[in-house]
Amino acid sequence: MKLLLTLIAAAGLVACSDKPQTLGTPAQDTAPSVGTGKAYTVAGWKAGDKASWESQLKARAQYGQNDYSRVN
Amino acid sequence: MARMKFICDAERCIECNGCVTACKNEHEVPWGVNRRRVVTLNDGVPGEKSISVACMHCSDAPCMAVCPVNCFYRTDEGVVLHDKDVCIGCGYCSYACPFGAPQFPSQGTFGVRGKMDKCTFCAGGPEANGSQAEFEKYGRNRLAEGKLPVCAEMCSTKALIAGDGDVIADILRNRVLKRGKGAEVWGWGTAYGAKQAGQPPVAGVKS
Repeated sequence: MKLLLTLIAAAGLVACSDKPQTLGTPAQDTAPSVGTGKAYTVAGWKAGDKASWESQLKARAQYGQNDYSRVN
Repeated sequence: MARMKFICDAERCIECNGCVTACKNEHEVPWGVNRRRVVTLNDGVPGEKSISVACMHCSDAPCMAVCPVNCFYRTDEGVVLHDKDVCIGCGYCSYACPFGAPQFPSQGTFGVRGKMDKCTFCAGGPEANGSQAEFEKYGRNRLAEGKLPVCAEMCSTKALIAGDGDVIADILRNRVLKRGKGAEVWGWGTAYGAKQAGQPPVAGVKS
């Protein structure tokens, strides 16, 4: 009888255990300089070449947004 | 390359909401969610100013600090992104964000709050660049196409400028020198620290 009660108590206490709650690692993203491989990509830089992607974005920021350099 | 940043030039913003419309169209953002919006201060009063506000991709992002499931990450370019597969929609980030950037779709049953949505600097998310899954969850990945955020590229007065922090800071500096006013860049001190906002460091103030 004692053994049975012990087993029932042990089985009941299983529900009291705590699941480990570890934080996942942040997502890994592909660098934008890798490109998309799609037709919408702007010409003038080489996908996979980070330096070329950076110079493309710097140039685009200048000629697209610096109106003083275009107008004056 | 320096980190990616936004500048909204309050001297130029005419409250046309072109940036808001361009963003919603480009990313097919659902009803009720505005990744970007235009805020007008002293509306109707002579001298009113408008600014376009969205996620500023802060240097020390408070949303990242409070997220209980660690769904945020920062790219090498300084863009703060999040993983919608991990987000539980708790809303802590919306309380922490000084710009009100995190948005929550509410078109589900009983208006239940969905997973957080915010500006991605047109850099997509953790899914493969340019994939359909990335588009459906986060919108277009324009950076991977060699383009800049559509809100800035569509801005008719070039009030909103985006890109490499050094480049856009130079553009604004040039403007301020030419017109002789409007050096204040709203939100930069909060997002990137006072030192980077073009202000001298102030004793006792966290930068």
